[in-house]
Amino acid sequence: MSLATETLSKLRLEHVSMVFGRDGKTVPVLDDLNLQVADGEFIAVVGPSGCGKSTLLNLTGGFLSPTNGSITIDGQPVHGPDPRRILVFQERGVFPWLTVEGNIGFGLSKLSRAERRERIAHYVQMVRLQGFEHTYPSDLSGGMKQRLQVARALAVNPDILYLDEPFGALDSVTRLIMRGELLRIWQAERRTIILVTHDIDEAVQLADRVVVLSSRPAKIENILTIDIAHPRYISSRRYLELRDELLSKIGLAFTV
Amino acid sequence: MSSFAKPAGWEKFFWPLLALGLLLAVWYYSVVWTATKVFPSPLSVEKGLVELLHKHVLWADIGDSLRRVALGFGAAAVVGIPLGLTLGWYPALNQVVNPVMQFLRPISPIAWIPVAIVFFGIGDRPAVFLVFLSAFFPILVACVSGVSSVPPILRRAGRNFGLSSAQILTRVVFPAALPQILIGLRIALGISWLVVVAAEMIAVDSGLGYLVIDSRNSGKRYDLVVAAMLMIGLIGLILDYAVRRLEKFKSVRWGFRDES
Amino acid sequence: MSTLLRPIAFIVALLVLWQVAVSRHPDQLLPGPWAVVKGIGELLQHGLLLKYVVASLFRVTWGFALAAVLAIPLGLTLGWYQRGEMAVYPLVQIFRPISPLAWIPLAILWFGVGDFAAIFLIFVGCFFPLILTAMSAVRNVPAVYINVGRNFGMSKGEFVYRVLYPAVTPQLIVGSRITMGIAWLVVVAAEMIAVNSGLGFLIIDARNAGNRYDLVIAGMVIIGTIGLLLDLGMRSLERVKSFRWSYSEE
Repeated sequence: MSLATETLSKLRLEHVSMVFGRDGKTVPVLDDLNLQVADGEFIAVVGPSGCGKSTLLNLTGGFLSPTNGSITIDGQPVHGPDPRRILVFQERGVFPWLTVEGNIGFGLSKLSRAERRERIAHYVQMVRLQGFEHTYPSDLSGGMKQRLQVARALAVNPDILYLDEPFGALDSVTRLIMRGELLRIWQAERRTIILVTHDIDEAVQLADRVVVLSSRPAKIENILTIDIAHPRYISSRRYLELRDELLSKIGLAFTV
Repeated sequence: MSSFAKPAGWEKFFWPLLALGLLLAVWYYSVVWTATKVFPSPLSVEKGLVELLHKHVLWADIGDSLRRVALGFGAAAVVGIPLGLTLGWYPALNQVVNPVMQFLRPISPIAWIPVAIVFFGIGDRPAVFLVFLSAFFPILVACVSGVSSVPPILRRAGRNFGLSSAQILTRVVFPAALPQILIGLRIALGISWLVVVAAEMIAVDSGLGYLVIDSRNSGKRYDLVVAAMLMIGLIGLILDYAVRRLEKFKSVRWGFRDES
Repeated sequence: MSTLLRPIAFIVALLVLWQVAVSRHPDQLLPGPWAVVKGIGELLQHGLLLKYVVASLFRVTWGFALAAVLAIPLGLTLGWYQRGEMAVYPLVQIFRPISPLAWIPLAILWFGVGDFAAIFLIFVGCFFPLILTAMSAVRNVPAVYINVGRNFGMSKGEFVYRVLYPAVTPQLIVGSRITMGIAWLVVVAAEMIAVNSGLGFLIIDARNAGNRYDLVIAGMVIIGTIGLLLDLGMRSLERVKSFRWSYSEE
């Protein structure tokens, strides 16, 4: 690793392993992961169910400590959760006792009233929830709740955004729409994004690079670079090529 | 933020014992420190317990209390479960009857004592009646709510497979409602135990409740009072534990989400 | 309208049956509904009704409030730390089945006959259910909320105030409603033994001082009504908008 790449990487995992101990039995989940993510990159992490994708996010978010190895962001080791890197959960992540405004403003208590109002308004617009500022999450659809979570995350200006299968609980049409929204937001306010998904198409449609994890104990099988510029035409030859390549790297056949 | 570390197996016994030890120590030292002549120390309570056991009074009283609970609770279950299932099955009927139930429910069973004495005289019967009253409502409510919260898709599945209404009730609705019915039974049993003790303090002259009151009245034996109280707590705990074991059976375990 | 009509008709039918049964047996002790109504009127006239209702409510309020102020913060704290819960849970489980009335000898020993003893009994009856409710409420806060709170870098105080407290409130309210019901049951029983005023005392006294069963049943009717009103009051609290979220979550 040259000095140049060292200073460029935003997030860096070196020989990261994770072993869970439960009632005397040890369960190795992640095995010797090495990864570097540049600033502003969009990374997707795919892998079979239960392979430890969420564990990886929890580690990089600081909610867990790795059994081995180091995780550094901007050269600093990760100690715990921090508002500079926000995790968006698959469901039930928004606070049901706060309105849309309340949720978005959740991390903004240190700002002045005027700044807060401005920031909230900006992100309400960004995720297209205008008109719903005073609505409670129980009156929002699944897709809207996820948009709310993203807005809440972005409002505190994090460096990195972690998304843990954020669209997994939504129907396929909404999922397509949400992917477009996420891209639009990412292109408007560029941040480093790490998206965990079980959906191959989602990974190829959105990410700059796709990290393929094997099943437990997970290793990084492959890192695929998606070299298509946005907007990506999902029936283009290159897209289908990359998609097939990804499928084969995961070990799935092409026919049903 | 807090100690999220998983506690070791031995800690399951260590911490409660520590808390118990602390409690006993506080109790003992407050008795010593205030030099009270009347309030018992843990040691005298223990001696009192042994005394009760030897006099055979304790077993008779426990037997009486349990018997009344069994009769009253049993009657409440026998009447309440079918009635509750019916009311849950016919919501229109429930709508008619429910206001009356909601009105009767907050009337403390103890308030029924004068009426109970008029009907049943003094002795076992009013106590059993009181237990019946206090167990009846939780069982009824649990059955109604258990039946009405069975998802309609399950009923429809039953019809799909060609079951008659009666069969749907017994083979689909009843098993589906069973976890909630069990919860109702457990709560009712707990209430029965509370009420029988209270009833025995007022309307009867045997049983654990009577033992509590009597120990004080005939000689200010507070060591026996506290011993009896502890017995009451222990037996109530055992009863509750026994019903919880029922909840562990596979056929109902699905309805209980990680209860401790 | 017909949904109200049918239960009312049912109640009326029951009352008629009651009245008929009483007129068939004129020389037994229990009164019919009309006598009960007259009894209530008599209590109102003598100003006793209001006095006794206030006395009972006063004791319930104090007993419940004291128990809540102690049990809820304690339960929340203990429930948060797994070891705290492990330590306290068995003890609570032993004390809970002890009928508050079984504490009467101790209550009278410590407080004498009177208000304090009654309030203490209600306190005992409320304390254990409330502490269990608080412990369970904390335990049931979804981990997501806790993680989000940690993610946004809140201080401990902020976390408790802005995440923990709103998350546990709905369960606490439901638990409080049930405990309030228990308190109402206990106060009536406590008044029958340990005090000289209140609705429970009314019942015992009416019987002892002259077999006034019309007043006994009048007392029961009033107890039922107020208990029902208390319950309805707490239920409407549950429905306050920012609290109703928890019921549409599942």
